[in-house]
Amino acid sequence: MNQAEKIMADSGGWIEIGSIDEIPQLGARVVRTADGDIAVFRTADDEIFALRDKCPHKGGPLSQGIVHGKRVACPLHDWKIHLDSGEAVAPDEGCAASFPVKVDGGVIRLLLTPNEGCPNQ
Amino acid sequence: MKEKLVLIGNGMAGVRALEELLKLAPEQYDITVFGAEPYGNYNRILLSPVLAGEKTIDQIMLNDEAWYRDNGITLHKGKTVDEVNRARRLVRAGDGTEAGYDRLIIATGSSPFILPVPGNQLEGVIAFRDIHDVDVMLEMAATKQGKAIVIGGGLLGLEAANGLKKQGMDVTVVHLMDTLMERQLDKPAAALLKASLEEKGLKFLMEAQTEAILGKDRVEAVRFRDGLEIAADLVVMAAGIRPNIELAKKIGLHCERGIIVNDTMQTFDPRIYAVGECVQHRGAVYGLVAPLFEQARVCANHLAHLGIARYEGSLTSTKLKVTGIDLFSAGDFIGDESTQDLVLQDPGRGLYKKVVLSNNRIKGAVMYGDTIDGAWYFELMRDNTDVSDFRDTLLFGQAHLGDSGHGDDNRVAAMADSAEICGCNGVCKGEIVDAITRKNLFTLDDVRAHTKASSSCGSCTGLVEALLAHTLGGDYSQAPGKKPLCGCTEHTHDEIRAAMRDSALKSIPAVQRFFEWKTPDGCSRCRPALNYYLLCQWPGEYIDDAQSRFINERAHANIQKDATYSVIPRMWGGGTTPQELRAIADAAEKYQVKTVHITGGQRIALYGLTKEELPKIWGELNQAGLVSGYAYGKALRTVKTCVGKEWCRFGTQDSTQLGIDLEKMTWGSWTPHKFKMAASGCPRNCAEATIKDFGVVCVDSGYELHVGGNGGVKVRATDLLCHVETPQQVLEYCGAFMQLYREQAHYLERTAPWIERTGLSYVKEKIVEDETGRKRLYERFLHAQQFAQDDPWQARAQGAEAHEFTPIKRVG
Ligand code: SRM
Ligand SMILES: Cc1cc2nc3c(=O)[nH]c(=O)nc-3n(C[C@H](O)[C@H](O)[C@H](O)COP(=O)(O)OP(=O)(O)OC[C@H]3O[C@@H](n4cnc5c(N)ncnc54)[C@H](O)[C@@H]3O)c2cc1C
Ligand code: SF4
Ligand code: FES
Repeated sequence: MNQAEKIMADSGGWIEIGSIDEIPQLGARVVRTADGDIAVFRTADDEIFALRDKCPHKGGPLSQGIVHGKRVACPLHDWKIHLDSGEAVAPDEGCAASFPVKVDGGVIRLLLTPNEGCPNQ
Repeated sequence: MKEKLVLIGNGMAGVRALEELLKLAPEQYDITVFGAEPYGNYNRILLSPVLAGEKTIDQIMLNDEAWYRDNGITLHKGKTVDEVNRARRLVRAGDGTEAGYDRLIIATGSSPFILPVPGNQLEGVIAFRDIHDVDVMLEMAATKQGKAIVIGGGLLGLEAANGLKKQGMDVTVVHLMDTLMERQLDKPAAALLKASLEEKGLKFLMEAQTEAILGKDRVEAVRFRDGLEIAADLVVMAAGIRPNIELAKKIGLHCERGIIVNDTMQTFDPRIYAVGECVQHRGAVYGLVAPLFEQARVCANHLAHLGIARYEGSLTSTKLKVTGIDLFSAGDFIGDESTQDLVLQDPGRGLYKKVVLSNNRIKGAVMYGDTIDGAWYFELMRDNTDVSDFRDTLLFGQAHLGDSGHGDDNRVAAMADSAEICGCNGVCKGEIVDAITRKNLFTLDDVRAHTKASSSCGSCTGLVEALLAHTLGGDYSQAPGKKPLCGCTEHTHDEIRAAMRDSALKSIPAVQRFFEWKTPDGCSRCRPALNYYLLCQWPGEYIDDAQSRFINERAHANIQKDATYSVIPRMWGGGTTPQELRAIADAAEKYQVKTVHITGGQRIALYGLTKEELPKIWGELNQAGLVSGYAYGKALRTVKTCVGKEWCRFGTQDSTQLGIDLEKMTWGSWTPHKFKMAASGCPRNCAEATIKDFGVVCVDSGYELHVGGNGGVKVRATDLLCHVETPQQVLEYCGAFMQLYREQAHYLERTAPWIERTGLSYVKEKIVEDETGRKRLYERFLHAQQFAQDDPWQARAQGAEAHEFTPIKRVG
């Protein structure tokens, strides 16, 4: 068992990634994993969402986009993605996998297994 | 409980108001619709192509019954309302169906005007207004290829005549006046139109007054005042329309020609709104959909309790939907003693164009044969643009001006479905047409959202608009009212900037609150614009909002398609030194940069760096004195120069040093769009100064200053601003010009379109003629620069904004 696996086993899979203050409001940070980057977003009212950092269009890094409401605008061609579901805003179609996150006392925790329902894992 | 909203009139304006309302406040109302016609909502405009056999009824439905169901709307179709009890707030239809309301919209449209002559009730006498009328005409044409008389040589009459002709009938158009479409065309254009319609086989009887329609049960002939009788199997009354205000009058709403409404589309009973052809607003009634859609938007906004939109009346333009005939008219195209006509006439090509000017502003235009520039003239007219700078070429059209984005109806009609329209997104004609028809798209924005065409560089915008016009037939998408900054607000760039200044709004949330933004925190279009406007308005005071910057400006590097970044340091005036080159070479090696490229802007770009590497490589470049080149910014980019008189045998001034001085003064400045400069040592112009936002061409006697040029999507050569004598003057004029641009252009508007919108004369007035004004602009520019000239790379290399460049966590 390597260190990461050990941490995960100890915590039911929830990984502590940092404090909410480390992400700017209406901004995002990246969690770098062996399976690729996960973008963690913070909205204006401090909701936290996590998506695979890969736009369903051409793989643009969503973490670099402009966050507005519960959406992010992809930096490459301006698709809008729903932060909660990872679905592209209609009429565009596609989705980025979303990951379970929770915040306790300002500490953000993340599961590395994406939610079901999106082929773009 | 939800409020109750009732709509009377299931036509184009009323249903558009509901659509707009559902977008703004989908849950606010329980909606009930009464419509006298037994259908869902259809596109009345397209009855003409249906009659001409170019479209079917199915193809012109806008909202079928499923749409009403899906949106929870109760539709009473085929039910005419004849009673509204305003005290009990109850609407009742002829068959007794009732509905209570909290708010009511009346959108009963118009009724065709039926000439009060004997025989007007005979079978075979019909108007041209709805599906029923078209059905009757088509049936008539199919069973009996007889004779048709169309009374009225206006838009509607000619479209009816064209349709019936195409259905095989023998058609005579009867008109009271001596020219066709006299309200939309002047005599020369009307004569050309008549000639081409005659070529298509239509017959005309001009200056003919209908006296009676003859026949026993069915129409058999029409008699005119002068005694002439013409046999007829079908008579179409297209002699005009009257706002349908019967119901409104009956229930005591104040009406004149139409139902009187205020700027929020409310009638004298504030619970009752009215929109569409039945309405009279500020003395005007409208018979085209563009203004009606604007009314609908305002009405919906008010119903949604947003209350920020106002209807201020519309200018309209006209097109005739007869295939193969191009005509356009708008505004006052006749003119009077105070106006001047510009006329271009080429009978050989069947061309006629007339633009009426007053004080160098367009008052009206009429064109026949070539209408490509109709939309452009219309825009110039609406914006009241001073055209004196291009008056000499105005008649030749926008293409002549070298601007981008105009289309050609006929050209798009002739294109194959596989022809690529949008080169950026690879969208073909077929896809666009398909989306327009299947998804009922009406506007350019709709097409952009659904197909991506025209959503990138925009150079195909004109073609897409032409496709819309061609596919829809109607011309309404080309007459937008004022252009809001983005979908989050109804307000324009200029309105927002003015309020920012006058009401001392100093943050993005403050602006959004002031204008009651529709979204909680804006979108990727408005936030960068607001951030820029605030930065420009409150230098030194406003704190830049990184989260409202596009990634390139937030990270001070250009993002590439693989999510890596490029690094382009400044090379002042295009010059460099062995030390700088060595530092760049060392950095390129150390970070194993994938590509080193000499840019089109006379400097060196390093490609393929990860975000985490950026602060490090910047730090190393900083060591050699290299700073950010802002290749990523809506900001001062490059100042290209040639070697000038230092070396060149033709050089007249030290263009290299001048370029460096310009760059030292202006670097770091944020601008509405990117801003590029160049200085050439002589008129041979090796630095290409005449396609830059600000260009200097050195001459023996001093410096020629040029403005408003760009390469790019559509090349535009600069306009000559003026001639000055000293380098210090060049700097002053340059700073003043940049400041004027910074303060007045819309975000993402480059100097070229900005100058075409405001006119070079305006810029000359501010920069050349008004010395005090120029000096003030220059001072404001220098003041702002105090707060802007900090190398962003240096701060970040030393640790600022570290969160931007590092992952929050690494796992595994
Ligand atoms: C790097 C460079 C190409 C190169 O390798 O040579 C370049 C690269 C890009 N150009 Fe450019 N342009 C570059 C010189 C030019 C030039 C030549 C010049 O400046 O003399 C032009 C034509 C001159 C002009 O601007 O008037 C030019 C006209 C454009 C345009 C069209 C602008 C227009 O008004 O029509 C765009 C599109 C836009 O800005 O919306 C554009 C947009 C872009 C973008 C930013 C596209 C994007 O959004 O990603 C490219 C960024 C790539 C990157 O990450 O670096 N680039 N681009 C050049 C950088 C020059 C520099 O040193 O800063
Ligand atoms: C053949 C033709 C071609 C046209 N071409 C163009 C064009 O190219 N470009 C352009 O801009 N415009 C064009 N127009 C004009 C355009 O169609 C109208 O301006 C537009 O439809 C008016 O919209 P409205 O909602 O006010 O009225 P309508 O669309 O007429 O809707 C009113 C509806 O209310 C119903 N109604 C009336 N009274 C009652 C009542 N008491 N109870 C219940 N229902 C009632 C009517 O039956 C009707 O369905 C054309 C019109 C026609 C007929
Ligand atoms: S660098 Fe400029 S011309 Fe080249 S692909 Fe990018 S935007 Fe187009
Ligand atoms: S990659 Fe995200 S919009 Fe194209």
